[in-house]
Amino acid sequence: MAEPVLAIEGLSKRFGAVIACDDVNLDLREGEIHALIGPNGAGKSTLIKQIAGEIASDAGTVHFAGVDISALDAVARARAGLARTFQVSSLAPEFSALQNVMLAVQSGAGGTFRFLGRALSDPALTEPAMAALSRAGLAERARMTASDLSHGERRQLEIAIALAMRPKAFLLDEPMAGMGPEGSKTLTGFLDGLREEAPILLVEHDMDAVFALADRVSVLVYGKVIATGGIDEIRADPQVREAYLGEEGP
Amino acid sequence: MNRETAINTVLVAGLAAVPLIASAFDDPFIVTLATRIVIFALAGVGLNLALGYGGLVSFGHAAFFGLGGYAAGILASHALNYEPLATWPFEISGTTQMLVIWPIAMVVSAFAALVIGALSLRTSGVYFIMITLAFAQMIFFFAISWPAYGGEDGLSIYVRNQFPGMNTLDPTSFFLLACAILALALLFSSRLSASRFGLALKGARQNDQRLASVGIGPFRVRLTAFVISGMITGLAGALFADLNRFVSPSMLSWQTSGEIMVFVILGGVGRLFGPVAGAALFIILEHSVGPISEHWQFLLGILLLAVVLFARGGVIGVLAGGARHG
Amino acid sequence: MSLILLIEQVLNGLQFGVMLFLMAAGLTLVFGVMGLINLAHGSLYMVGAFACAAVATATGSFWLGLAASLAAAAAAGALVEIVVIRRLYDRDHLDQVLATFALILVFSEATRWAFGSFPLYLNVPPSLSGAVTLPGGIEYPAYRLAIIVVGFAVAAGLFALIAKTRLGIQIRAGEADREMIGALGVDIARLYTIVFALGAGLAGLAGALVGTIQSVQVGMGEPVLILAFVVIVIGGIGSIKGALIGALLVGLTDTLGRFLLPIVFATFMDASSATSVGSALASMAIYVLMAGVLVARPSGLYGVRA
Repeated sequence: MAEPVLAIEGLSKRFGAVIACDDVNLDLREGEIHALIGPNGAGKSTLIKQIAGEIASDAGTVHFAGVDISALDAVARARAGLARTFQVSSLAPEFSALQNVMLAVQSGAGGTFRFLGRALSDPALTEPAMAALSRAGLAERARMTASDLSHGERRQLEIAIALAMRPKAFLLDEPMAGMGPEGSKTLTGFLDGLREEAPILLVEHDMDAVFALADRVSVLVYGKVIATGGIDEIRADPQVREAYLGEEGP
Repeated sequence: MNRETAINTVLVAGLAAVPLIASAFDDPFIVTLATRIVIFALAGVGLNLALGYGGLVSFGHAAFFGLGGYAAGILASHALNYEPLATWPFEISGTTQMLVIWPIAMVVSAFAALVIGALSLRTSGVYFIMITLAFAQMIFFFAISWPAYGGEDGLSIYVRNQFPGMNTLDPTSFFLLACAILALALLFSSRLSASRFGLALKGARQNDQRLASVGIGPFRVRLTAFVISGMITGLAGALFADLNRFVSPSMLSWQTSGEIMVFVILGGVGRLFGPVAGAALFIILEHSVGPISEHWQFLLGILLLAVVLFARGGVIGVLAGGARHG
Repeated sequence: MSLILLIEQVLNGLQFGVMLFLMAAGLTLVFGVMGLINLAHGSLYMVGAFACAAVATATGSFWLGLAASLAAAAAAGALVEIVVIRRLYDRDHLDQVLATFALILVFSEATRWAFGSFPLYLNVPPSLSGAVTLPGGIEYPAYRLAIIVVGFAVAAGLFALIAKTRLGIQIRAGEADREMIGALGVDIARLYTIVFALGAGLAGLAGALVGTIQSVQVGMGEPVLILAFVVIVIGGIGSIKGALIGALLVGLTDTLGRFLLPIVFATFMDASSATSVGSALASMAIYVLMAGVLVARPSGLYGVRA
């Protein structure tokens, strides 16, 4: 079997007395969607932040595309090809949707320290950005200011930004949150095809989406991965039923 | 032509008309006054890069204004008494050539901005406002108590420094020179705002987490903007020293930082011509109300309050409407 | 350098420090509870000094002047809060800085209009005009010692106020969660006016106390204001404890720096250049201290949020 794209070993994080992430092992293989589920407060978003390099881990390593990125900061990890979306949309509110995506294109294309050329009409930035917006279904909203977009459209813009980075792996933190049934269905279909482009680590509460999409599922409870496996294995796992399904239900 | 462009055109036309107005009224002081406006506007254009586009509320830009001024003053004083500025590791002598002074003023300011920025940008919010103020105060007190270049009394530039092919002592020539530099700075600022760097800088102001997550480091972007900003304000300081033929610690004082900030905000934060409008309004008010009432600062205070409370977006914001640039 | 001289300088540093604390307490409370940067705090200090000077001259009693300084500064604070400041709570720091900068201009010109440009002088009350002999035979001016005592008493009073009283509970709640205190049925507008007036009164008291040591004049507030900001930034904005520690640190650093640095430099330089280098560095010392603290701890010593 090929080496996984993303391999997490022994990752831990403690906030005072609270253990947010306890010796987590997780990997993400080429072509798969690996769903990370767990009750509220299980530490899913903390784990995403640790993988993205936004908060420092107390222990453990993260290997990405064969390289140890444990010591890199969030900027360097993003440049290495790790694209993440935020649980609560995090956009540049005064920028248009297009400009938001252009930032991501520019990161890859370089030239952030170019002071004179006109960026806004530069096809090297606008064309890939438009392409990403179209794929995320937002082409018609390209000129609209991000703060004027609807909630669902902002979720789509998050995806478009991640696409524009042409990443080697996606970290999607609850992309369906607040999308409504129609939006969730469309996005589910879209993510289904996306796994061929780059594998996805998907944090999601929408169980319909998880069961429709996931090749593998890991269950996180109190910062610990209590089970990893295919959907049927997870459904049958007694520990999962007790700790997770028993409490919340899908 | 939209309204903001119209306002900008009026501002440019107003400056262009200054020499004509001065000769019509036979009052050369008008030119000197207009030169003050142009130089303060230039300082404001510098601050606007950091404050307007980058959201970096620096309360210490007087440091760069004053350093630029002292660079001009110190170089000129050494040229005059023929004492080299330094003899080791190589000899540096003074100069009265603006074309040499300006780059030096900009390099000195850039270096100061690099050090101050690298330390200050670790903080944000009020802490950033206050730490930039602290660094400016450090330099201010140093200038006051260091006796070599006049200390508290300041340093005179006996003859205005020179520019090739031009009599800089002629007020109109010096005014035009200052205008040319302001025009270059405005052009640069508008290009920068629309560039890839401008996109990243404005992105960092709005949401630095987003910028980092797409792989652009906000710190380097901000630090670069802070350095460019300091350089432009430093250049303005060098011109200001030559305008007054005098440099003193008051150029470094916190009131100067406050005034440069007022120019930017009065005109309209993040608007290309905001500092020009702000400096013009401020100085015209100072000189038209000043002679009528010795308490003109009272009126200025009320006006500023009115702008903050009721006219958000400054003069250009009120006249042109619409969202700020960026 | 004698030990007695050093102890005297330490006392001077403490006196300077507690005076800064009186200024900084109001600033830090207003920032902590209302999230406002108030550059006009120095103007309230000036109002207190002028009120004290005017009343003391008219009545011949320093103590009446002192009471007047508290009352006038608190009243001016309440007035400004109601007319201007409360419109700024929801604004960003930039707007707050500009508006309160404008208030400085208004206050300064109004004071100049009322009292003229010449400095006023305040005399130390006769009962405190002598010197006190401290243990160890140190003679120290009674008035300065009184300032130190008043400063620490006010600090103790403030800590008690915040820890024990109803108002203190509301202030702490306001620092923790601004929306919450409204939901709990506290009259926020009134609370904010009281907190602002309290801070203003303390600034006015500081102005009056210092007015006898320095002259009372327009513009006296701003240098102190900057130092008070240095204090609260070092201590961590919003923290009264931080303000006290920061004030004492700044007071001692400044006073001892001015005293010790020239002496230190004199050990390896000739006397006159040691004096100039030493005093140049001493006047920068507190800003170096502040920059150092912020570089190590970007939210100050006891700060929680930026």
